[in-house]
Amino acid sequence: MKHNKKLDNFCLILVMIFLFLPIFVLILFSFNTSRLNIVFEGFTFHWYKDLFSNRMLLDSLGNTLIVAVISTLISTIVGTISAYALKKYDFPFKNFINELLYIPVVIPEIVLGISLLCIYTVLKFELGMMTLILSHISFSIPFVIISVRSVLEQMDPNLEQAASDLGASKLKTFFYIVIPSLMPGIFSGAQLAFTLSLDDVVISYFTAGPDSNTLPLQIYSMIKTGVTPDVNALITIMLLIIFLVLCVSMVINIRNLNKGELK
Amino acid sequence: MASKKRIIKVVFLLPVIVYSIFLIFLPLLYIFTISFYKSDSYGGMIHTITFENYWELFDAVYVKIFLQSFIIAIITTIICVLIAYPFVLAVSHKKKQTQQVLMTMVMVPFLTNSLIRMYGWIVLLRKSGIINSLLTGLSIIDEPLPLMYNNLGIVIGMVYTLLPFMILPLYSSVSTIENSLLEASSDLGANKIKTFFHIILPQTFPGLFNGALMVFTPALGYFFIVDILGGGKIMILGNLIKNQFLTARNWPLGAAISVTILLIITIVILVYRKLGGKMDDLGGV
Repeated sequence: MKHNKKLDNFCLILVMIFLFLPIFVLILFSFNTSRLNIVFEGFTFHWYKDLFSNRMLLDSLGNTLIVAVISTLISTIVGTISAYALKKYDFPFKNFINELLYIPVVIPEIVLGISLLCIYTVLKFELGMMTLILSHISFSIPFVIISVRSVLEQMDPNLEQAASDLGASKLKTFFYIVIPSLMPGIFSGAQLAFTLSLDDVVISYFTAGPDSNTLPLQIYSMIKTGVTPDVNALITIMLLIIFLVLCVSMVINIRNLNKGELK
Repeated sequence: MASKKRIIKVVFLLPVIVYSIFLIFLPLLYIFTISFYKSDSYGGMIHTITFENYWELFDAVYVKIFLQSFIIAIITTIICVLIAYPFVLAVSHKKKQTQQVLMTMVMVPFLTNSLIRMYGWIVLLRKSGIINSLLTGLSIIDEPLPLMYNNLGIVIGMVYTLLPFMILPLYSSVSTIENSLLEASSDLGANKIKTFFHIILPQTFPGLFNGALMVFTPALGYFFIVDILGGGKIMILGNLIKNQFLTARNWPLGAAISVTILLIITIVILVYRKLGGKMDDLGGV
């Protein structure tokens, strides 16, 4: 089938411009001598130095990373075990639990956010890092389960049988056979959990305490009072790191694709 | 031996049961319960059973916010579909390696902070912003255009934030279409438009519905986009719920609004399932 190459490329370029325009602007203004993000006046690295003395911004970045790492770790472990257990075992109300797990995926985050806030209030939990981490775990687990389950469905059931026939215990089979073959699903689930946690605004808004501001919340309040270019500098650095990580993963992916074609 | 097996089973199942009961079921049950309570206007609640909060939602003020919110969410979804379809088809015409690069590029902006991206749009769209400066500088317009602090700003922000949730499921369903099917269609004399409506659209319908759901639902709740780009004049359901819980401290009313949204989403999900949609596809972003 013939495709209109020009039309295709036009469309690709247009969407890419739309996606990258605001980011490009932010990067550009991180090198701007003017304090106001309005006109580009001159080139400077000044804001990058400033960034490292902006305690509030760095603290919120620290909180964001702590919450993201801990909640990803816990939700990946719990999600993986759960996906396996839900496939393996039958128990009363299994269908009910299965349905519950989809709720955080399909409802607006704000509803989950306020319902968690209510429960914390009722239980007299003080809002802070603990509640924040708990909330992030709560919206991440279903994504991990779904991601692990998709790999689990394709796993050869004979593999486990073979391990147990050869005398491996249940736990041994789980750790030496099941976990390694689920790795792709576990990894993409963890990646998803980490990304969702880093970027979450709505649920954090309701469940963070006064001294557990995350980066999104910090920027949210700054947008109302005025964003200084050191924020632009921070975002530029973050983008650079993300870009490098993505490049590496892309090279690996493409290499795998090429290998696949050679076979 | 049997008891050991039992212990393992309990250990494996316990986390998911505890999690789904304590962090999903009970919080939502609580919201459902207090939606029938009465607010005592001091921020507290009177434990009765009343449908008053639900009746209050038929008040013109709230009906207007519901409608506004749905219209914004629907327009956002439609625009996302209109952008995502040509994009995804154009991507699928490329070599596998190029496809990989393009789809990774789509994800790059979304790995940064969504608020900072909104800030990027402020810099572009405001009266003294880049787009207006450029247009007035080139004498294309005399007065700066009102690009934000209105519905246009909100829709731009929503589309920008939610576009990948449309592109990803659509891309994965487009890439399952057999090339031979498209060739057969063109060999038999169908033009592009006919091929699109008779082959591509039906084949990608699950992805389309999935994407629409993942765009529409958050668009009802993203109060921060409306706060930032709407300039405080417009409210969507997200702002309304937030205000009831944090500012007005009328929890029962906020809960009733949330339950109403859940009811609507449930109906949409039931339709999705009836049409053969799989729940597991929804989280596969």
